[in-house]
Amino acid sequence: MQEAMIKRAKELLADGIVDRVIGWKKGEFSYDHTPAVFTSAQELDESFVCDDFTSANLSKYLVKETIREGKILAFLKPCDTYSFNQLVKEHRIDRDKVYVIGIPGGPKLDIEKIRARGITGILNVRNENYTLKIETIYGVSEMPFYEAISVKCESCKSKKHVVYDELIGEDGEVLDSNRFDMVEKLENMTSQERYDFWRSELSKCIRCNACRTVCPACTCEKCVFENPDSGIENKAAADSFEENMFHIIRAFHVAGRCTDCGECSRVCPENIPLHLLNRKFIKDINSLYGTYQAGENTTDKAPLNEYKMDDCEASIVHERGAE
Amino acid sequence: MQRIGVFVCHCGTNIAATVDVKAVAEALGHEPGVVISQDYQYMCSESGQNLIKDAVKEHSLTGIVVCSCSPRMHENTFRKAAAAAGLNPYLVEIANIREQCSWIHKEIATATEKAVILGRAAVAKVHLNAPLTAGESPVVKRALVIGGGIAGIQTALDIAEAGFEVDIVEKEPTIGGKMAQIDKTFPTLDCAACILTPKMVECAQNDKITIHSFSEIADVKGFVGNFTVTIKKKARFVDETKCTGCGLCTEKCPMKKVPNEFNMGLDNRTAVYIPFAQAVPKVAAIDPNYCLMLKNGKCGVCSKVCSVGAIDYKQTDKFVEEKYGAIVVATGFNPIKIDKYEEFAYNQSPDVVTSLELERLMNAAGPNGGTLLRPSDKKHPHTIVFVQCVGSRCEDEKGKPYCSKICCMYTAKHAMLIREKYPDTEVYVFYIDVRTPGKNFDEFYRRAVEQYGVHYIKGMVGKVTPKSDGKLDVQAADLLANEQLHIDADMVVLAAAIEPDKSARPLATMLTTQMDTNDFFTEAHPKLRPVESATAGIFLSGACQGPKDIPETVAQASAAAAKAIGLLCKNSITCNPCVASSDELMCNGCSSCEKVCPYGAITYIDKEFRMPDKTTRIRRVASVNPAVCQGCGACTVACPSGAMDLSGFSNSQIMAEVDAICK
Amino acid sequence: MQVNNNNEFQPLIVAFCCNWCSYAGADLSGTNRLNYPTNVKIIRVPCSCRVNPMFILRAFQRGADGVILCGCHPGDCHYTSGNYFTRRRMTLLFSMLDFLGIERDRTRVEWVSAAEGAKFAATMNEFTEAVRKLGPNRRLEDLRCRKQ
Repeated sequence: MQEAMIKRAKELLADGIVDRVIGWKKGEFSYDHTPAVFTSAQELDESFVCDDFTSANLSKYLVKETIREGKILAFLKPCDTYSFNQLVKEHRIDRDKVYVIGIPGGPKLDIEKIRARGITGILNVRNENYTLKIETIYGVSEMPFYEAISVKCESCKSKKHVVYDELIGEDGEVLDSNRFDMVEKLENMTSQERYDFWRSELSKCIRCNACRTVCPACTCEKCVFENPDSGIENKAAADSFEENMFHIIRAFHVAGRCTDCGECSRVCPENIPLHLLNRKFIKDINSLYGTYQAGENTTDKAPLNEYKMDDCEASIVHERGAE
Repeated sequence: MQRIGVFVCHCGTNIAATVDVKAVAEALGHEPGVVISQDYQYMCSESGQNLIKDAVKEHSLTGIVVCSCSPRMHENTFRKAAAAAGLNPYLVEIANIREQCSWIHKEIATATEKAVILGRAAVAKVHLNAPLTAGESPVVKRALVIGGGIAGIQTALDIAEAGFEVDIVEKEPTIGGKMAQIDKTFPTLDCAACILTPKMVECAQNDKITIHSFSEIADVKGFVGNFTVTIKKKARFVDETKCTGCGLCTEKCPMKKVPNEFNMGLDNRTAVYIPFAQAVPKVAAIDPNYCLMLKNGKCGVCSKVCSVGAIDYKQTDKFVEEKYGAIVVATGFNPIKIDKYEEFAYNQSPDVVTSLELERLMNAAGPNGGTLLRPSDKKHPHTIVFVQCVGSRCEDEKGKPYCSKICCMYTAKHAMLIREKYPDTEVYVFYIDVRTPGKNFDEFYRRAVEQYGVHYIKGMVGKVTPKSDGKLDVQAADLLANEQLHIDADMVVLAAAIEPDKSARPLATMLTTQMDTNDFFTEAHPKLRPVESATAGIFLSGACQGPKDIPETVAQASAAAAKAIGLLCKNSITCNPCVASSDELMCNGCSSCEKVCPYGAITYIDKEFRMPDKTTRIRRVASVNPAVCQGCGACTVACPSGAMDLSGFSNSQIMAEVDAICK
Repeated sequence: MQVNNNNEFQPLIVAFCCNWCSYAGADLSGTNRLNYPTNVKIIRVPCSCRVNPMFILRAFQRGADGVILCGCHPGDCHYTSGNYFTRRRMTLLFSMLDFLGIERDRTRVEWVSAAEGAKFAATMNEFTEAVRKLGPNRRLEDLRCRKQ
């Protein structure tokens, strides 16, 4: 796969069809690859990588990349194509400046899940027939591949690319992912139990903004939390509005626009299941206003930007599942 | 540094009896930025306003808070006072301590405490108020009248008379509307055609009036003074500019079995037709549902006989776009469908007719040439029963909850005309109430009873049953005599309720005007602004606003015209300055705001920006047309980045109010 | 939140009212002297659709015990469609607050026309009582990111 991608990238560069390539660059270890832009065959040969750890969604980087001159080649996994489409729809990405090659999706691995097994000093991780051989400074450990996959890949919503100029590998289908199971489980708890769950989760937040930085829906020129005219920016006060409401406001801002790519939870250093907030909105939208998948195309109106005369009243929240 | 003046009104004892106004003034005097805080008996009075004006000058105030009655009452009064003293009128905020405080609370301590909090919120808001200037937008000096019945005709004639161009859009092939179908008019019994057709001709001949017949409104954009309307000119398959209205095609057309809607389907017309002899424009139209040529390509007779070559089978719907400063809605009414009233046997017997059908049966240009004959056997009827309120004042879902208003009078008219022409015919009228207010109306009804001997019976008809001898058995109750009646009738006439035309609801959506639950257009104020809609620049004429007879319709039509003329006379209009605007530096160009704007006030432009690194970058940013924006604020919430804000109700202003209340 | 002489909990209620319907409805309940508790403080907005969820969250965060949003009845919006957007936004926001374990009776949307003074007063009486029963709004206060 990686070889085919490098080969095609070199061809497109050589033919002058694209000027740059966005992909992933080898890190110091085999599990810490980062998104990177390549401009030459040499760079591609040296450090381009695509393996079980290249889970980062590249779509958001294209917002900045397409402001620049010239065309860029982007390798997008199925889930990343939804984010890409959504950003094209919101006029954040200039579609004409991107050459999209669809590549097969995960499941991708999450190094934290391996570390959670108490495995430390990891040097290298190899996948041998879906058993992971983990080389550490203390020797080699093993664990089953599927027990180390990223949370976002556990409930993969689609193997289908919703946009591409060409494909490497086969296109898949939209999956029935059971991705709302956890949301449903929480919904079935009592109000107090839900509150306890979220208080314990959200209190872990160190306000590092990693979720916001990685989120493909958070591409605002200036975030409301940094805008003095929004009335909510309040860095100085210790007992601030932001501290209470950051995650609720962020989830509301991306409601109807979030493609459920799961990057927020993937990057959270405190492992807060932030994607559940987004999924709650998606689940509500689907059940109240009809199934809607952000980024599925570039034409459908976002559910919060339209209405039906016979929409349910807000009191439905109070009526359903009264305790 | 802000210099804010607070003025607390006693409103006589209206406020002062429940709120300790001195304590409120004292407490608000300590709020940040407040340099003067006073109370006065009547702030809205001349001397109260002078107090404010003097304080503005004396203390060089930068903002004013008036703690008084609802801003819906006196906001404008105090804004004008501020402006007179040289302060921008939008630097005034009202704390509503009467309707929201003194009038609903009884305990002085808590009411005073609440009044202070409301005042504090207003002070917090006024700190962030910005001076606003109302913009101006030009007025297109042309009016559109939607509907070409008597209401639309009268409005158009009046507007044209004042010297303005006016277009009539009528969905039928001719103007004239319901009045053209009516035989005689109450209370004078003059013939409808005799008074209507000259007005129709006047419309056709007036060079200020353009008639778009057989046309509909496809789209409305814009705002008061500057509407852009797309008119769909439906294909009539006859070239309007060539047709002379000679009628030869209608004589030769072999398809003669088309129900004639002008005669309520009581006789037939041809597939190519002119609705009636006095039609304006007198131009034929081909009915594509029946024309043999259009249906299966075999015929072409009309094309052959037309000496001017006006027939065009290939004609398609055309769309024309026009600009208007004012729009008058005159979409009128229709009788309801009465199929659901099975008890009256309307579907079982042709001798049960609606009142509008009776109009045609009695009309000289109608199916029987003006002789009243039973539809079933074309014999002269000797007993006729009229049933009032069929579907009017109806509590169940079959009918309408309102009184249709015109039925009592036209039924009296029908009864009188029948008795006049055919004295051997007995006429019975079953009614709930007889409602005949109006000049010479009650006298008219009494003449029907006293002079013409019409039998008025208070009570409802329970059932009409067709009998084997061709008569109709009418079962009814006489409530005054308290007895059950059976009448052998030759004909039964049903006074069907009237309802707004079906085209009104989608039109209201396009015009962004309000409607009531019965689909009648809602006037801006039921008493004081009866011919204006709440949407600026849209006026209401005739029965589209509620059931009306002809004199009322004409009066309202002229009133709507006067309002439209008042608008068209202006060269420009002042806009509401409390409109949305986008901070271009923060705008993502995502189009969310554009999608929720009900007025189409937001467009996107590509704009060049100097970036901090000295490069230039072209960005897509939202741009609000302040003349179109009405200031609802839907866009401000749709905007994910908070770039969109609303003057007068900005994010920070509302946040400041929230903070002040929750302190 | 405040406590009166009888030690009865006095909830702070913030009511956002649209200028054209509900604010006029509130005025009408004043004109008709229809009593509702002093706990209710009204903020005037041009349309219910002007109410940003952030205003509601801010009110809660600053100590409000209940927030109610009043607008024109569906179909009667002065701006034709504003309240339809409000309805979707608030349904989702309230559902999210409920999902986070915030008591669902602290939030409400109510359609009150300019003619419904009695409904306005009745709604405010009822809502205030419902919030009073819930007691002070502690949960949202404690739902926060860790202080650094």
